[in-house]
Amino acid sequence: MVSFLAAAVIAATPLLFATLGELITEKSGSLNLGVEGMMLMGAVIGFSAAYGTGNPGIALLGAFVAGGAGALLFAIVTVSLQGNQVVTGLTLTIFGTGFASFVGDKMIGLSVPASVLEFFSARKIPILGDIPFIGPVLFRHDVFVYLGYAMVIALSIYLYRTRAGLNMRAVGENTAAADASGIAITRHKYAHIIVGGGLCGLGGAYLGLVTVPIWQADVVTGRGWIAVALVIFASWNPTKAFLGAFLFGALSILGLRLQSMGIHISQYLVDLFPYAATIIIVIISTHKNRKEDLPPGNLSEPYFRESR
Amino acid sequence: MKDGKLFSIGSVKAVKREDIPKNRSAIIRISSVALSLVFAGIVLLFFDLNPFTVFATIIEGSVGSASRVQQTIVKAIPLTIASLGILVAFKMKFWNIGGEGQIVMGALAASFVALNFGDAPRPVLLLLMAVASVVAGGIWALIPAAFKAKMGTNEVIFTLMMNYIAIKFVTYLQYGPWRDPNSKGFPKIPNFSENGLLPSLFGVHIGWVIALILTVAVYLFINYTKKGYEITVVGASIDTAGYAGMNIPSVIMTAMFISGGLCGLVGMIQASAIEKTLVYGISANYGFTAIITTWLARLNAAAVLFVCIAFAMLLQGASFIQLAMNVPAAVAGVVQGVILFFVLGSEFFIRYKVLFTRGKSGSSEGKEAR
Repeated sequence: MVSFLAAAVIAATPLLFATLGELITEKSGSLNLGVEGMMLMGAVIGFSAAYGTGNPGIALLGAFVAGGAGALLFAIVTVSLQGNQVVTGLTLTIFGTGFASFVGDKMIGLSVPASVLEFFSARKIPILGDIPFIGPVLFRHDVFVYLGYAMVIALSIYLYRTRAGLNMRAVGENTAAADASGIAITRHKYAHIIVGGGLCGLGGAYLGLVTVPIWQADVVTGRGWIAVALVIFASWNPTKAFLGAFLFGALSILGLRLQSMGIHISQYLVDLFPYAATIIIVIISTHKNRKEDLPPGNLSEPYFRESR
Repeated sequence: MKDGKLFSIGSVKAVKREDIPKNRSAIIRISSVALSLVFAGIVLLFFDLNPFTVFATIIEGSVGSASRVQQTIVKAIPLTIASLGILVAFKMKFWNIGGEGQIVMGALAASFVALNFGDAPRPVLLLLMAVASVVAGGIWALIPAAFKAKMGTNEVIFTLMMNYIAIKFVTYLQYGPWRDPNSKGFPKIPNFSENGLLPSLFGVHIGWVIALILTVAVYLFINYTKKGYEITVVGASIDTAGYAGMNIPSVIMTAMFISGGLCGLVGMIQASAIEKTLVYGISANYGFTAIITTWLARLNAAAVLFVCIAFAMLLQGASFIQLAMNVPAAVAGVVQGVILFFVLGSEFFIRYKVLFTRGKSGSSEGKEAR
């Protein structure tokens, strides 16, 4: 059980990064459906940087920049040029998918260099790692998992405890009012879309460097879309996003687990679970109507200052 | 606020246009496509590829010989029909991202018929397969539509997840219960009997006739029927549709059944004419590419046909380029994405006039021009 839960935490980590990235994008008022594409861009650049330099820091930086660059395209088209967010996000996914298979084509079958693997090896956190049950489940992982925890805490503080976070939420909730109170709308939207894309890129990089350390044609396989659904599931709250990602991490490794327990069910059917569960979650989420569970008021609405 | 100013940064400002002459907006769109090709060319340069050679090879590979033209048409058929399906949903602002899954489910139903009633006379069998595929694709789309209509469930995620479920389920069938026991090596489902295969006309399977007929049919349906009008109104303003007394859930579900049904038919055509059986990769991204083509065609059925032919050339050219120049066919995805980004961005210049006024500095122009 402990090993299963620990494995679920690892499987949850890429989802968590993508979910947090999309979360801040949506909180600032933009619905970017390009998560899958940005994750793939981050994965392929992260992998090629890792392969080329052997330096994990450069790999992660490259992945962040790649995801952020994809998001920048989205921001230019939707914020500055007022393009349709749904279609632009889908375009970003198609573009990112093409970009990853184009750039990654020559790398299929290559392995992550040892220096990078070493960086991502599990390290126990002193004291915390020794707590029974919780220690092995949560605190004996690689640094990237811990970075994920830190991101959840940092984002929670940023969103609910800082002035900047309040401004950013105001932009997403009521753009016109935020504008009237002197908040720089365009700058806020760009910043959060780009950082959000960078986080998606990091999530993708983890898939390409750790989850599957040998480059394949498609390492993301729909996780970007699950992340979009998890944002709804989490009611735009970073802590709930962590729980949601953990749940999905567990679901995605359930198949292997069942088989090792001797329960025979086709791997291909088990592969269905996370997607079916996503649908169920989206249906359940429709029924939320407590105020703090609702999406940002002006989510996915373009903002024209003069056409109010 | 007709003449509102959208933004003014330094010496650049955008003003909403009163209206724009048709040819002017056409020029903007065409130049945005041209610009996107320039940009795609720059991207190619980054990868040490000569963009002129790449584009020339794409054209040569798509229309350079009679057989390549046929290959291009073979790719245009599923793309056109799937785009018509997506069009019906998008017209209603229902984001049907589930084309892939609807294609797969249509192929699954058609294959079920073909594999179980393979001895039926050819016209009967093909007709049954077509009907089964339309119904299966339609039902696959109807599930998210019903939740959207009754509860307001987010259709983007729902239709998308239905893709994965359909593909995983067919993968399961292909590797498990439906696997051909006589085939050695890679698991595959048995081939259809001769009667389950679409006949050819002028060297290409008759899917092209179906695609042409459906283009006209969808055009007439959207523009000249009551249901088509209702779909357009729901898309333009759901409130207006409500005030006008339209039964909105019924409109949503009808439109989505048609949308999914058309995609389902694509599955039948691909299974019958191309693969000669069911494979889990049957949708070959047509369901996704159709989203781009439909949007580029500005949700106009007649324009869909031409955009799809252009995109089929791009796809066929890209698969040719893979062989001829050893460049990954994924280059098509990159080019498609770039084109759509530019066209989406260009809409802005159709709605707004950008004025360059004499200001203190011109430094911000460069930034905005990207």
